[in-house]
Amino acid sequence: MVAPTSTPPTARGALEKREAKLAWGLLAPTIAIVSLVILLPLLAIFWISFKPVGLSDLRPVSTVVRESLRSRGDDYRIEYRVRNSSQDKPIEGARFEDTIPDGVTLLEVPEACSLDGAALACDFGDLPGGFNERLRIPVLLDGDPDALEDVVEGSEPVRYGTGDNVLTNTHFTLDNFTRIFDSSEFMSVLWATTFYTVVGTIGALVVGLFAALLLNKSFAGKGILRGLYLFPYVSPIIAVAFTWVALLDPFSGSLNALLVQMGVADSPINFFGQRPQALIMVTVFEIWRYFPLSFLFILARMQSIDTDMYEAADMDGASPFQKFWYLSLPMLLGILSVLFLLRFIWTFNKFDDIFLLTGGNAGTRTLTVNVYEQAFAISNIGAGAAVAVVIFAVLLCFSFFFFRYISQEEGL
Amino acid sequence: MSGLRLGCVIGPLLGAMWMLVLSTTVTVAMSFATGEVFRPSSLLSLVVGATLALIALARSADRLSLVVAVVALTAVSYVGLGPMVIGADVDNGTRAVGAALLAVSSGLSLWKILEGCPFGTLSRHEFEEAVIRFLTGFGFIVFTAAVLVPFYVMVMTSLKSQQALLANPLDFSIDFSRGWDLFRSYTELFRDFGFGGYLWTSFFVSVLTVVITLLFSVPGAYAVARLRFKGQAVFSRSILLIYMVPMIVLALPIYIAFSVTGLRNTLFGLILIYPVTTIPVALYMLQGYFRGLPVEVEEAGLMDGLSRLQVILKITLPLSLPAMVSVSLYVFMIAWNEFLLAFMLLDDPSKFTLTRGVAMLNSSEIPRQHLMAGAVIATIPIMVLFLGLERFMTKGLTAGSVKG
Repeated sequence: MVAPTSTPPTARGALEKREAKLAWGLLAPTIAIVSLVILLPLLAIFWISFKPVGLSDLRPVSTVVRESLRSRGDDYRIEYRVRNSSQDKPIEGARFEDTIPDGVTLLEVPEACSLDGAALACDFGDLPGGFNERLRIPVLLDGDPDALEDVVEGSEPVRYGTGDNVLTNTHFTLDNFTRIFDSSEFMSVLWATTFYTVVGTIGALVVGLFAALLLNKSFAGKGILRGLYLFPYVSPIIAVAFTWVALLDPFSGSLNALLVQMGVADSPINFFGQRPQALIMVTVFEIWRYFPLSFLFILARMQSIDTDMYEAADMDGASPFQKFWYLSLPMLLGILSVLFLLRFIWTFNKFDDIFLLTGGNAGTRTLTVNVYEQAFAISNIGAGAAVAVVIFAVLLCFSFFFFRYISQEEGL
Repeated sequence: MSGLRLGCVIGPLLGAMWMLVLSTTVTVAMSFATGEVFRPSSLLSLVVGATLALIALARSADRLSLVVAVVALTAVSYVGLGPMVIGADVDNGTRAVGAALLAVSSGLSLWKILEGCPFGTLSRHEFEEAVIRFLTGFGFIVFTAAVLVPFYVMVMTSLKSQQALLANPLDFSIDFSRGWDLFRSYTELFRDFGFGGYLWTSFFVSVLTVVITLLFSVPGAYAVARLRFKGQAVFSRSILLIYMVPMIVLALPIYIAFSVTGLRNTLFGLILIYPVTTIPVALYMLQGYFRGLPVEVEEAGLMDGLSRLQVILKITLPLSLPAMVSVSLYVFMIAWNEFLLAFMLLDDPSKFTLTRGVAMLNSSEIPRQHLMAGAVIATIPIMVLFLGLERFMTKGLTAGSVKG
């Protein structure tokens, strides 16, 4: 007789295994596509950040062969123009193979080539950068020259040859990092990022809180106003950003005209073109665009606060400000801190807004805009990737804090 | 501090500031509506506001004093001695409308703000409530103006001509005598710039993104919410982590990979990428909703012999229809508004999405009103969706807002 065990079974049961299997099955497509498009690029960014890659290196070096049939009088010849696509990088083992169509007889075979029946193979060995030569082979035509020309030029020669590809070779360098950290710009980039992120986040929160306080009572037209206040957030960034640019334009901008007419400014102000106004204005834009989000959250939280508490406070004679300070604010602290962390990370990540408003000029170049500037404006992909790596490292620190504190908050 | 509590001190103070706010608002509104010269006078605003407040306090904000004050203020503003300076060449009708607008709005609101305030010492409640009424009015004006002005300018600019814009940037009055010619920028965009095609491309790409996102995220969300497996907690957290990776960091390698493989400049490439940016958000939103559904219904289904997949299809999905609508709308909005990837990956004008098309209009050779018309075209579909389905949209925004 087997004695009954007093501990629960530790092995996983068949049902449990089946459930786990189903779960992974359901998640598999998501995991696959997300790792393909998010994890792979992340690894690639690390790889590229240690490589001297420019925008022009993205096209791989290759042998280019163009074939044509030409004539001088009654003499016909086939011309192969062989070229190295790169001006400075050599190609190893460059050769091409072509089939000579029926009706065309080669009168001579160049020394680089060999003819086997109709198959012509030409071997060039190594092509230096900028290599560009013509190979002329006199031929005898048997048939209509025009039709044969089409046949000859219609058959594409098969090309071989490998060039050195910066993206895949094992040449590494720290140049990208020294370049971005050394430049005097780095401090100004860091300052712009910090100012934009901190002021933008706090501003959006405070403004959102104020808007929520306004709408936290019932009155006619409340629904309309609530919808209206969400407009900046739901409209396409491209539309609102260009509208702001148009509005603040120093020459034809309405706001500048208004300021001058009201007597606030003597002459139009170039809001997006000079320091420090540009940085302030992009931050104001950020607050304007994202306050609806905090507003929505805070309002939802406010409406879920129990009214009993306020009634009790009324009985005790608390004044409106006291009720806000001692009752509402503590209740909102949770959602405010969650919003702060989330918005902080997202403001830090923001690229489109500044890119569209100023293009990163006039002291508004944040880290994210710097990725674009380095990679595409200066055509240095490697340096752009290095900035991206820096961003990612900073984000990892943020996420650490995020999970440290957000896990204590329910809801999100 | 206690001096502030006197009605004869705080009243004029609030009145002065309120008049400043209102005279600025009314002058800006009048300028934008007519293009004529209207300007607030700060000093006169303060003086008139304080005086009005004193009258209101002395008469306990009764109807008679309100009517008298409004009439007097209209007259004073009309002759140009009020809180608002009106340009000399403004015609009499406009002048009267402006003066009356300012007088009526400031009279009504000021009497409302100071309602129930005595001339002498205010109690703490009376004091704070008066201040709150002032701040509420101030807040409504500032928020509404800040939100409305850019959209108003966007729409009005698109209806004007380049010359008119440069001649007077403040004149947003519409010349109705132009008839259909008002919409010239729009017809030109659709006729010469191919915006009809962009509209269709954007719609097509966005809808496809929604469909693909749902196909991937529904089973995933269900697995995370309902099924027990090792690594469930880690997984639900890493979803959050994934959409904290900024798009620009991913866009660079994606650009390189697409350039090398020839996927750049194809809509296929775009449709490959868009869902991946939205799947984590959708998964996160849906799993939150699935968790809130009662398990018992699904267990009943299982007991009755349905398989897990049948349970999802026949029980969970019909129950979560509202959440699906919210998620779809939210994903649609993200895809429709997406700019960065479209900008980096598309160069061929025949394949542009709407946002990429509008970005193309931002050049010195293309008149400003075309750019604004493009912005209006990009905004209207989203606004229609938003206003029509606000309930779902708001829910989606709240649930998915972890995404910037």
